[in-house]
Amino acid sequence: MSGLLALTGREIKKWYKNPFVLFISLIQPIIWMGLFGKAMNLGALVPTNLLPPGAPNPLLAFLGVSDYFSYMAVGMLSFVVLFATMFSGMSIVWDRRLGFLNKVLSTPASRGSIVLSKVFIAVIRALVQAGIVLVAAVLLGLQVSANFNPLFLLGVFAALFLMSIGLSALFVAIAIRSTKWETQMAIMNLLNLPLLFASNALFPTSFMPEWLQDVAKLNPVTYGTDAARQFILLDPNWTSLANDFIFLGIFAAVFATVGIVLSWRYLSK
Amino acid sequence: MDANVIEVSGLSKRFGDLTAVDHVSFRVREGEIFGFLGPNGAGKTTTINMLTTVLRPNGGVAKVNGHDVMHEALEVRRSIGLVPQEYTADEDLTGMENLLLVASLYEVPRAEAKQRASELLELVQLKDAADRTVDTYSGGMRRRLELACGLINRPKVLFLDEPTLGLDVQTRAAVWKYIRLLKEKYNMTLFMTTHYLEEADNLCDRIAIIDHGKIVALDTPKALKDSLGGDLVEIQVDRPSEDGLAAFLRTIPNVKEVLPVDGGYRLTVINGEETAPLVLDAIRARNLKTTRISIAKPTLDEVYLARTGRTMREQEGSREDVFRQRMTMRRARP
Repeated sequence: MSGLLALTGREIKKWYKNPFVLFISLIQPIIWMGLFGKAMNLGALVPTNLLPPGAPNPLLAFLGVSDYFSYMAVGMLSFVVLFATMFSGMSIVWDRRLGFLNKVLSTPASRGSIVLSKVFIAVIRALVQAGIVLVAAVLLGLQVSANFNPLFLLGVFAALFLMSIGLSALFVAIAIRSTKWETQMAIMNLLNLPLLFASNALFPTSFMPEWLQDVAKLNPVTYGTDAARQFILLDPNWTSLANDFIFLGIFAAVFATVGIVLSWRYLSK
Repeated sequence: MDANVIEVSGLSKRFGDLTAVDHVSFRVREGEIFGFLGPNGAGKTTTINMLTTVLRPNGGVAKVNGHDVMHEALEVRRSIGLVPQEYTADEDLTGMENLLLVASLYEVPRAEAKQRASELLELVQLKDAADRTVDTYSGGMRRRLELACGLINRPKVLFLDEPTLGLDVQTRAAVWKYIRLLKEKYNMTLFMTTHYLEEADNLCDRIAIIDHGKIVALDTPKALKDSLGGDLVEIQVDRPSEDGLAAFLRTIPNVKEVLPVDGGYRLTVINGEETAPLVLDAIRARNLKTTRISIAKPTLDEVYLARTGRTMREQEGSREDVFRQRMTMRRARP
């Protein structure tokens, strides 16, 4: 236990002693919001002047909200979580290559704590970054729903918490035997955009081809985004929220377990 | 003093087709400095990794402090310290923070850890640098910090993997001094690997020469060198071609072999310092004049050559090993 705290403490110190990395990782989603979110102005495609006066904005039926920026800005929270957690795998590869991992493996610290410390720091980073991005999104024009309650933020972060546990455990599990950071980079590049696009983060799944909808249904990003959107932009639908949380909870539990089990078997060769 | 702290028999490790360590057996006695000497890729680090429970052996038995490395790994880990080849201290943390981190991995209570950490920093003369981040340290300072980290749990056995890799000659001598100091102060058993012959010669009580995963010789540095037959004494005399001189030199006690060389003779003798004056006396007794004399001690270089048929060569290690060594050497430079 003291090993887990110490290893997580190390990661936290490394993180705040390198504010540049935090800065860069925040810039990225903010650029996406600024460029992608503002450029893909789907609202302009709707000929509002041809609609009968008083008719509802068709985007409402399409996105659930009447402006695309708010829709995708919430998706950016998942984007941040996805990208932040991906680095948990990289960092275990670096520890292996620099010899730090061997050093820890020669101490009585439990193997599970090595993996869990990587998961925890990824979760902490993901949630802090998501918080900052949410503030930036509001400043850039995100409009919360009329019945928004500040307590809903707890729900948003609970969903992102579960999603980041599962994702970071998944990426650590992939990296657990790897000695090459190039491989990890390739895996990250292979997975990040497909995971983002095959979800509802940028576009509603209901308008996707059926096979892609099936993929999106297995994608945790879909559930995290849906929960965050319900809390921030829509009237929370508690049944579908329960559905989101059950999926995310199972996802987190399964991959955290897989990560710990793999660490016992495969951390030493 | 005769208790064995490390007992290894038939230890093997394979990586795919490559047998990195091939049925290695040896014992390390309490309180000695035991060296594993061999070129890169000979299996030294693999052996250390198995003894420190980082790698699982494919065969054989290894016991450290009486605990089996396979089945009682936790007990082994608690009783050992490791100073890896690489600089594992975190560059973003200070020297003190690094020590406290390692202390928590051994579950040393916080107050106790702080006390031990300052004591160790004092010992390796890093007290003034304790609150600086490690990226400002020189190679020698880092190596000393690694030594301190390896001692924070007061281990019975300390494993040192290439403790002076990439350091310049002066810094290397300083690190040797600290290793001896630490050993005396804490009365530990030390197991170290090196591919520097003079390092093994200087520090180790006993040496195992390892080549292609096998131990080819195991003894004290002196016995290994003596096994070559003795020291080399080379003399030049004013009338080297005088009849019967070679046969006469052979009659001197402790002279084992006499070879004529240009302008004189090369003698293989036991105990060169004491035999050389006898040789001089004998030459004077024949009314000859010695114009030049040199005494050379055999080095482990020659032992290595005799045992493996090759000089210590830079052998190709795995890609990962080579990368780590390069990183270590690069970071050793201030």
